[in-house]
Amino acid sequence: MQAVNRYKLSAIFTASLLVILTIHFAQRNVHAAPPSGGGVAGTIKIDGTVPHQKPIDMSKEPSCAAVHKDHPVTTEGVVAGADGGLANVVVYISEGWSGGETASNPQPVFDQKGCQYQPHVLAVDTNQHFKVTNSDQTSHNIHPMPKPGGPNHEWNKSQPPGAQPIDATWANEEVAIHVKCNIHPWMSGYMVVVKGPYGVSDEKGSYKIDNLPPGNYTLTAWQETLGTQTQKVTVAAGKPAAANFTFKAK
Amino acid sequence: MRTLRFNLIACAVAGLALAGASSAQMTKYQQNENLGMEAHIGKLTGHAKDAALNYRRYCAGCHGDLGDGEGENAAWLDPKPRNFTLATFKCRSTVSGTLPTDEDIYNTVGRGVQSSNMPSWNPLSDQARADLVAYVKHFSERWKTEKSGTPIEIAAAPAITAERIQAGQALFQKLECWKCHGVEGRANGPSSDTLTDDQNRPIKPFNFHDQTKFKCGTEDRDLYRIFMTGLDGTPMPSFADNVKPEEAWDLVFYLRTLQPLSHGNIKEKEIAKQLGLKPINPNATPAPAPAAAPATPAPAPETKPDDQNK
Repeated sequence: MQAVNRYKLSAIFTASLLVILTIHFAQRNVHAAPPSGGGVAGTIKIDGTVPHQKPIDMSKEPSCAAVHKDHPVTTEGVVAGADGGLANVVVYISEGWSGGETASNPQPVFDQKGCQYQPHVLAVDTNQHFKVTNSDQTSHNIHPMPKPGGPNHEWNKSQPPGAQPIDATWANEEVAIHVKCNIHPWMSGYMVVVKGPYGVSDEKGSYKIDNLPPGNYTLTAWQETLGTQTQKVTVAAGKPAAANFTFKAK
Repeated sequence: MRTLRFNLIACAVAGLALAGASSAQMTKYQQNENLGMEAHIGKLTGHAKDAALNYRRYCAGCHGDLGDGEGENAAWLDPKPRNFTLATFKCRSTVSGTLPTDEDIYNTVGRGVQSSNMPSWNPLSDQARADLVAYVKHFSERWKTEKSGTPIEIAAAPAITAERIQAGQALFQKLECWKCHGVEGRANGPSSDTLTDDQNRPIKPFNFHDQTKFKCGTEDRDLYRIFMTGLDGTPMPSFADNVKPEEAWDLVFYLRTLQPLSHGNIKEKEIAKQLGLKPINPNATPAPAPAAAPATPAPAPETKPDDQNK
């Protein structure tokens, strides 16, 4: 008897999994009404002691060390403000975005400045063009490293001082692509490729996502060392819905 | 109840494992579905299905039955055998981030890879090597969804002159090749000890002084191609966006002067000797404000504080 039950349940489970997946994928192709001014806004905080960030020694690159001579540079695994606001968190729509027109973000720029990436975390929509620039007096090699064997592929280009910006896109969603410069091993940044609109938190932990059609969405917030969190939100026309996130310090 | 719950969990785990396998690495079964893969090299057409025996006999020992670079010899090799399931290749004629051409892989198979354990497979027939190229491709779905990149154009080499060699040396300094390869090309630049490959394994830059050959060939054109397309999967970037074709030849001629004398660089070595060419001195550059010591940027006594902030 037990054995029969087991197979029955497995079958039910598989069938329901199929149904859920079918619905999930079917929904992705439905086109939504044009954006009508709704949105999401909120604050991202860290709860607990902010992890210690290691100092970075740039003495091997004097032109970059000179840029930071007044402020010691540290790693940027967790960047938090005095009131616990968490910066560099990407908030995006992980469920409910129906592939309508994305708000027209200006072309994002990923700059290499003082041998650091600015912004430290760059969010882009799939196929959205972004620029990579070099403001330094030294050569960098810009080397994004998507998951090996995944849908995006690594590339590696040299960018000497004064070089033309590099125009690039990512065709597939990926949270997140690590970016490094092999010449300056301390340089570390991320490109977060999402489908649809997104927001990135500032030094106070504030973010917003504009121009979202009214509806029910699941938001995901990603932080490079603290992981991800999700939250459901209902967006009405006209005014932004609130969605705050709190990450526990590890 | 406990067994039921266990079953559900097992079912979910199996489902997840399958989903994971399909996105990253294919199963042997999925790979076999790709045995119809072809390779086109000039008039030759390689067929993956015809290479299975040769692959098992000559390649699987290092590259592994599944093409994942985990053959039984892999543990003792450095650099590690290529993982074909990732479809990332060092030796390409195509732009960084794109697939190589079939001919690129065919050339690698025939030539072997200098300073690695990959030997030349020229003893195999042309057809057998073409078949192996198709077999290498059948390990990754990327070859079904993407086309090979467009090969970069390489104009005919100009005459080797003293001016060109000097211009090449200036480029070697300006592009900061020395940061990894060292001021004399001895693979001892300031960043050389920190380099890692795409799997985060330590990797060494090329030392021009101990090789007459390069990883991806022996000729001037091969050297040109290496720095213009970059070696994907390694720290070596592409310089195509910032080096004009004629400048690229200058750099080729200069790099040749760093290598041991061979039939490939007699002229370059001769000119370098006549010029009394000295290694570059990056610390003598007039570029940014504090041009003093290499380690700490000690401000010169006359420097005004304003200049420091630029």
